[in-house]
Amino acid sequence: MSVHSNSPFFKENAKRALGDAQLQRALGNIKHGFIDKRQKAIDKLPEFEALRDSAKEIKDHTLKHLDLYLERFENAVTAAGGHVHFARNAEEARDVCLAICRAAGAQTVTKGKTMIAEEIELNAHLEAHGVTPVETDLGEYIIQLRNEMPSHIIAPAVHLNATQVEQDFRRVHTHLSGQRDLAEPVQLLTEARGVLRDRFLAADVGITGANFLVAETGTSIIVTNEGNGDLTQILPRTYVVLATIEKLVPTLEDASQILRVLARSATGQDMSVYTTFTTGPRRAGDPDGPENYHVVILDNGRTAMLNTSFQEMLRCIKCGSCMNHCPIYHAVGGHAYGWVYPGPMGAVLTPSLIGIDKAGHLPNASTFCGRCESVCPVKIPLPKLMRHWREREFERHLTPATVRSGLKLWGFFARRPGLYRAATRAAMGALSLAGRERGRFRWLPFTGGWTRHRDFPAPQGETFQQRWARERGRRRAA
Amino acid sequence: MSAREDVFRNIRRSLGVTGAETIRRQIVSERIERAPRGVVPARGQVSGDALTALFRRQAEAALATVAEVGSAPEVPQAIAEFLRNHNLPAAIRMGADERLTRMPWDRTGLAVSRGASEGADTNAVSHAFAGVAESGTLVLVSGPDNPTTLNFLPDNHIVVLQAKDLAGAYESVWSRIRAAYGKGTMPRSVNWITGPSRSGDIEQTMLLGAHGPRRLHILLVRESPERSGAGT
Repeated sequence: MSVHSNSPFFKENAKRALGDAQLQRALGNIKHGFIDKRQKAIDKLPEFEALRDSAKEIKDHTLKHLDLYLERFENAVTAAGGHVHFARNAEEARDVCLAICRAAGAQTVTKGKTMIAEEIELNAHLEAHGVTPVETDLGEYIIQLRNEMPSHIIAPAVHLNATQVEQDFRRVHTHLSGQRDLAEPVQLLTEARGVLRDRFLAADVGITGANFLVAETGTSIIVTNEGNGDLTQILPRTYVVLATIEKLVPTLEDASQILRVLARSATGQDMSVYTTFTTGPRRAGDPDGPENYHVVILDNGRTAMLNTSFQEMLRCIKCGSCMNHCPIYHAVGGHAYGWVYPGPMGAVLTPSLIGIDKAGHLPNASTFCGRCESVCPVKIPLPKLMRHWREREFERHLTPATVRSGLKLWGFFARRPGLYRAATRAAMGALSLAGRERGRFRWLPFTGGWTRHRDFPAPQGETFQQRWARERGRRRAA
Repeated sequence: MSAREDVFRNIRRSLGVTGAETIRRQIVSERIERAPRGVVPARGQVSGDALTALFRRQAEAALATVAEVGSAPEVPQAIAEFLRNHNLPAAIRMGADERLTRMPWDRTGLAVSRGASEGADTNAVSHAFAGVAESGTLVLVSGPDNPTTLNFLPDNHIVVLQAKDLAGAYESVWSRIRAAYGKGTMPRSVNWITGPSRSGDIEQTMLLGAHGPRRLHILLVRESPERSGAGT
């Protein structure tokens, strides 16, 4: 399977992103939007920490019994009159979706935001076979017009500014007057609502992802603020839910526990506007709803993560909180990561799904500040998992030769404490002497990456360990 | 080997299980049977006027509007007033739910149409199955008398909620749904609705009226219809 990723070019992507003024302005919105709203919502709920533990326990329990919950889910969907399809990989999932569209005689397909569809590159496949996919989430619609990938898992167009959206709407919505006023974001929203309403009513098939699948009842759950997921689901004759194996939870109560941390972590709402629990197709006597209900369950590398250190990543509920709090994501945005999943969760998940040989830069793109782990609603130890990937990368000799020899050299000294202390003492002494005049260096050997952009501060003449010993001696004496 | 068999085989191989272990099957059956509630926030564990006040506060925080009426027969008049106050057409669409149809609509002069929406309606009226005070969330269920399209297509969604159907937390509503539909059985669609449709996709600015209703108006009926009927 070929994956269209440019994760191997993370460094080049990041450099370009840092110089992109438009992008930097858009990224500035994240720091004051998501972070403040999340904190306010959490401050109002004293049980938030207990709910995080509960959510983690539910996910761990489900993964441990995944085969059995999946069986229960499958049986319950079938009993409700729906169909469950399994797909080992992206290709099989694409084929299943296309076959369902063909059976429905579909010309257009409306889509709710689904990261899985991005992962399997569903839109390109449908288009290549004469079916037109229409993204209906406002952010997804905008990036579909621009032929881009989402740059954030819950805010796909967070890298754009309103003026860019205005230009795209003028370019594409040519049936509307060229003189119309689109200066305000609300005018853009109203225009998209009007254009997409017609597409909703005309679609033959609707495809959405799922936030949860409930084993107890065979229910799929979608969460949106716009209502686009619901119009995608109830208006066409055929509705397809595209989900991966780890979306399962045992019961409606379990889903409710996790829903209490999902919206708060994602957008700072107590609950998203529309949380929809769907079980099977339209019932006898129902005046609306889809006549055919399909669930496509995708593996695509996830079963191989079970029972490894990366199983913890399968707890992820895709809230986006880790990227909202990540200094690297703030600096370079989502596209630099080069594939579907950006930020810290992408840095762990992407190597699992497309290989560490292609995605090796991602787990290295972290300062290990630990904010991602501290805000994760299901307590995924993201820095630890990134470190695991760095170790594997090193073991597989994928790390560049200069880094390897540097680490080896450091390892040689680190294993010999006496030598390490002597060497650092000598180095600090020499640097302090050389930098005494100005207190900083404009240039030093092997530090070009630093000194090209800023001066390197001169050491004070004492190593950390020397100072530690001195301070401790003083405290003991006192 | 089929994709289904392969997915199950791969899960079991990774977990080091066969799927036939009695103890694992028992754990899963018990979890589904017992459906433990987990952590239920203290916020919603109130009753009476405090519950109504919490629901109202939370629904308004989610930018819904809430009005209270004393009894079900007052609902049509309250809806007519709401539409008039907002300069909206005096026409509504609703399902065949008896709790709505037996209300005195003919005294209001509202044009009432019935059934699912095809997208041309400005105003819809629904009856909620329950309300959850903890987050100001309405719970609506689909069925022959309750079209789901009414919750999403019209510009203005007016939802009638009886105070006796208010719950503090989601878990109480699941218990009621199990009592009404049977354990393990669900209506085709259960919609939790918390405020009107919105999007923050353009520069993180929250704007109302994305694809669903631009307004969500909740009419809270203080007395149950039976009691108000008995009083007249």
